[in-house]
Amino acid sequence: MSDILVYVLHYQGELNKNSLGAVSEGARLAGELGGEAHAIVVGDGDDLTEDLAASLGSYGAAKVFRARAPEGLAQPVVDAMAKVMTDNGHTYALFGGGLLGFEVGAGLAARLGAGVTMEVTEVDVQDGKLVASRPILQDSKISKSRYKERGVIIGRLNAFEAKESGGGAAAVEDVEVELSPQATKATMVERGEQRGEDVDIEGADVLVAGGRGLGKAEGFGLCEELATAMGGAVAATRAVVDAGWYPYSTQIGQTGKTVAPKLYLAAGISGAIQHKVGMQSSENIVAINKDSNAPIFEFSDLGIVGDLNKILPKLTEAVKAKKGG
Amino acid sequence: MAAVPSQFPPPVDSPDEFVKRELDPEDERIEVGVAIVGGGPAGLACANRLLQLIAEDGALAEQLGEVPVAVVEKGKACGAHNLSGAVMNPSALRELFPDMDESEWPTQLEVEKESVYWMLSSKLALPLWPVPPPFRNHGNVVVSVAELSRWLAEKAEEAGAYILTETSAQQLLVEDGVVRGVRSGDKGRGKEGEPLGNFEPGSDLVARATVLAEGTWGHLTGAAIREFDLGAGREPQVWALGVKEVWEVEKPLDRVIHTLGWPLRYGAKWQEFGGSWIYPMADNRVSIGFVAGLDHTDAEMSVHDVLQQFKGHKRVRRILEGGKRVAWGAKAIPEGGYWAMPKLSAPGVVLAGDSGGMVNVPRLKGLHYAIHAGILAADAIYRALKNGSTDLRAYEEMVEESAIGTDLYETRNMKQPFGRGFFVGGAITNAMVVTKGRFPGGRWKNHRDADAPVFRGGKARKYPKPDGRYTFDKLSSVFITGNATRDDAPNHIRVQKDVPRELAEAWVWMCPAGVYELPEDAPQEGSVDLIVNYTNCVQCGAITAKGGRLTPPEGGDGPLYQIT
Amino acid sequence: MKICVLVKEVPDAAVEKRIDTSTGRMDRSGEKNLNPFDTHAIEAAMQIKEGGAVPVEEVVAVTMGPESAVRALHKAVSLGADRSVHLSDEALAGSDVAATGYALAKTLERESPDLVLLGQQSDDGECYTIGAVVAEHLGMPSLTQVIQIDVEEGKLRCERQAEYGYDTVAVELPAVISVGDAINEPRYPSLKAIMGAKKKPLDGLAAADAGIDASKVGADGSMVDCGDFTDPPQKEPGQIIEDEDTAETVEKIVAWLEERKLLS
Repeated sequence: MSDILVYVLHYQGELNKNSLGAVSEGARLAGELGGEAHAIVVGDGDDLTEDLAASLGSYGAAKVFRARAPEGLAQPVVDAMAKVMTDNGHTYALFGGGLLGFEVGAGLAARLGAGVTMEVTEVDVQDGKLVASRPILQDSKISKSRYKERGVIIGRLNAFEAKESGGGAAAVEDVEVELSPQATKATMVERGEQRGEDVDIEGADVLVAGGRGLGKAEGFGLCEELATAMGGAVAATRAVVDAGWYPYSTQIGQTGKTVAPKLYLAAGISGAIQHKVGMQSSENIVAINKDSNAPIFEFSDLGIVGDLNKILPKLTEAVKAKKGG
Repeated sequence: MAAVPSQFPPPVDSPDEFVKRELDPEDERIEVGVAIVGGGPAGLACANRLLQLIAEDGALAEQLGEVPVAVVEKGKACGAHNLSGAVMNPSALRELFPDMDESEWPTQLEVEKESVYWMLSSKLALPLWPVPPPFRNHGNVVVSVAELSRWLAEKAEEAGAYILTETSAQQLLVEDGVVRGVRSGDKGRGKEGEPLGNFEPGSDLVARATVLAEGTWGHLTGAAIREFDLGAGREPQVWALGVKEVWEVEKPLDRVIHTLGWPLRYGAKWQEFGGSWIYPMADNRVSIGFVAGLDHTDAEMSVHDVLQQFKGHKRVRRILEGGKRVAWGAKAIPEGGYWAMPKLSAPGVVLAGDSGGMVNVPRLKGLHYAIHAGILAADAIYRALKNGSTDLRAYEEMVEESAIGTDLYETRNMKQPFGRGFFVGGAITNAMVVTKGRFPGGRWKNHRDADAPVFRGGKARKYPKPDGRYTFDKLSSVFITGNATRDDAPNHIRVQKDVPRELAEAWVWMCPAGVYELPEDAPQEGSVDLIVNYTNCVQCGAITAKGGRLTPPEGGDGPLYQIT
Repeated sequence: MKICVLVKEVPDAAVEKRIDTSTGRMDRSGEKNLNPFDTHAIEAAMQIKEGGAVPVEEVVAVTMGPESAVRALHKAVSLGADRSVHLSDEALAGSDVAATGYALAKTLERESPDLVLLGQQSDDGECYTIGAVVAEHLGMPSLTQVIQIDVEEGKLRCERQAEYGYDTVAVELPAVISVGDAINEPRYPSLKAIMGAKKKPLDGLAAADAGIDASKVGADGSMVDCGDFTDPPQKEPGQIIEDEDTAETVEKIVAWLEERKLLS
């Protein structure tokens, strides 16, 4: 019988959706293990209310630990989780995707002498223990991790889906944490500053990418309109960036950025491997190209052979209608 | 409509651009004993041999200082830009390391059986029996030249050589008619050549003797030939392009295979001279490649696509069935033979290996000559250094009197007859083979590859559509070479941008890496504005043969060949 | 101030990465190179040294790896490090992230650095966290994904990109900082520096020299077993629509997107 402690990140009164996914996953696994999934939230602001913490019950947390400690930094969370796991005997720690998950998880594993796996895409129960799977070697193979004692499992971005379990409010237990010396040596000066010019390509859920098939730089106007309608960002291939049609910061591919959004819509992109390696892990790939032989159709989930100049504007209208209506 | 590539020369002014006549001040120079440009078999054989000689000669070692031998290599590692079949005559390794046990050599395996096929069509293959003399390889070994170079580099480093990888040699240092060394390339320039934030200028590498072992018509070799008129009285150099793949196969291959014929055309008007090889390697691997002369006239001639087409032959498919491609690469090879070899020395400098045109075309051999030449260069330089001289003409005689000279002389006219077409050429060359080069004698001319007019000849119709399993497109092939040049690198390829459509098409098809591209709105006839995707370049050198000029990109760029 | 930079030799990005089926571990033969992210860490160290805000006595490159790892150290030194330390021992082979971090921390202890810099991720392990492990063992504050560092006496002001935007964090020294590739443009070494690299001091250490408890490292000392390599599930072949009536096509696309909850 093993219990799982799930870290939940929050910011300005809202719970992080990757963390919610981790709670749902934790609840499911705990069920199979015959144990419980507990959540832990760490913060020092007024927004960390009892109600907010208790709401994790609807994602399957049987209990929520709340610790008052500095927010947005990893080491105070390591202290909090180490204390809770030591006092309560949790066998596993689980994290949703995101930066803090990595930092906390790794530090926690070092503190507890546990095994740790990052970029996990799937977790199963085998012989009463958790087994975590993660892709390696640029997503060409899957490796399975088995823990000798305690395990720290850090999910990949968007790996775990948040699911409401129908449970009611969870019990909230306040925890006193004694901070380790290192946790007191980093101080948050300013958190979450938005910088307008930099569109976060890597963080976007939806990307509308344009390639040579757009015909000219102005073609990107079509991509921008669709991206705006869908609430996403615009990306580009190396060829068009080279030609000066769009900025380098949006380039996807072997010599550009690697992304894995929920939706990658490729317009006028042939799908050569140099581009493919930058976006092949996207959850859903839609391709529009007038050449039915374009390699992109070999790995797209939905491929449309047609003229993007006709399709994109109509698609944008239809999307706006769906969302507005 | 036909276009002649040589009428559209690249924007290059060789003597001024690539020769530096004033050395940097002393405290900025790097002084070495001997500078070797090129970390391939010729350069590394020279390095190893030199260090062997220096090890026995304390006085000279002191004279040469801290860095007796420096090897400048533009690839990420030695071997990164090396590619060949290859079946090598092991005599040269024996000569370089006489006390070494053969089991230590980096060879794949020994040649046991051999076959030559005349491919009559995609289904028929006529075995030629007995195996024609040039193709007999008993006693030779299959090697990967990339692996061989890595191994030679290790040995040279152990012996004390400074191997400077990711370093290009951009200019020849010439002072008062003597070569004083080379200048390394700059790093950190942008697209237009402008210095970027992390710009690092090159350095003058000043040496007492310089060896140009740059491979198939090196950059500085070209500069030296122009500077010192080393081509005077000789035939122009001509080249072929080889495209190669390495496959992991289910059934090990038991013999070395060469083929001629299909899919090349026999008529003199096509000038399609070449053939294929299929060699067994260790670990159930197979090396397969196709070579064809770059004086071809059909603008749609693409050796990469011919290789893909070739793999569709019944016999070849049987060998590759169930297998997996693990490597790809391309490289030009000098085919001018004896008459095209330049004068091999000038004050302070010698040429060794492919740079000096030391390839025996009928026998498809060049590796052991490269190593042999490296050894001779080391011997000649050693003697000159002892005498405090920069006169290296003794090297020329040494090469002429060695197997390099004799073998190349014997085969001196064996490629040219194929200019008359496969059958006439074949007959003439056969006569030469039988008479060991004596009949017909004389001096057959070479015609510059870039002088051959190109026109649309329809070869592309037969190229297979890549299936990603047995046949592949150019871009995915470039990808597996590990080529990942930074996007804001300056353009290292010199071609005229505004050229007749036929010529543009010829370059588009010719280039195995898909560097040249026609814009979508290019007119069907007349002048077009060529797109040059130079970051795809694998530095094969074909463009230099066919009217443009390849110059070295930033050190470290390009492919990272490992098993080619 | 003394800066230690942790570097790692990884297979070159060009080398096809595969599992060595005989050992069950990553096949590390083939061309190797200094982990690209670590070049950013070295550059950051050099910029701090050259910036002059705080005097830096030395920059030391540290690595854990087999014999060939000296080349990563030579590269680090050619980029400006003053000397290097090479931790190498059979007992360390097969160490996981936690064990490796522990071993590196013990090695760093001997150096008593004021600042430890490293690249936030390595090309081969695809882990993003060794800095956090090292910091835990050293009892130092740690921060990763840092893209800007300003140094003052005794402390740092760092910027890093996190879930909700850019965070500015004040960190007291000594600290462990993992940097992202956006932090700087690494310099190219000059030929002189490359040729001089072999002459800079290099200390070789065995596990015992660093006081490493052998039971905590290596495959046996690692708390997680990775293996059982399988191929990722084959993607289902996608659907293809030939556009004839664009209005109809767009309807189909929207339906497809809705089905997958991509239009919320």
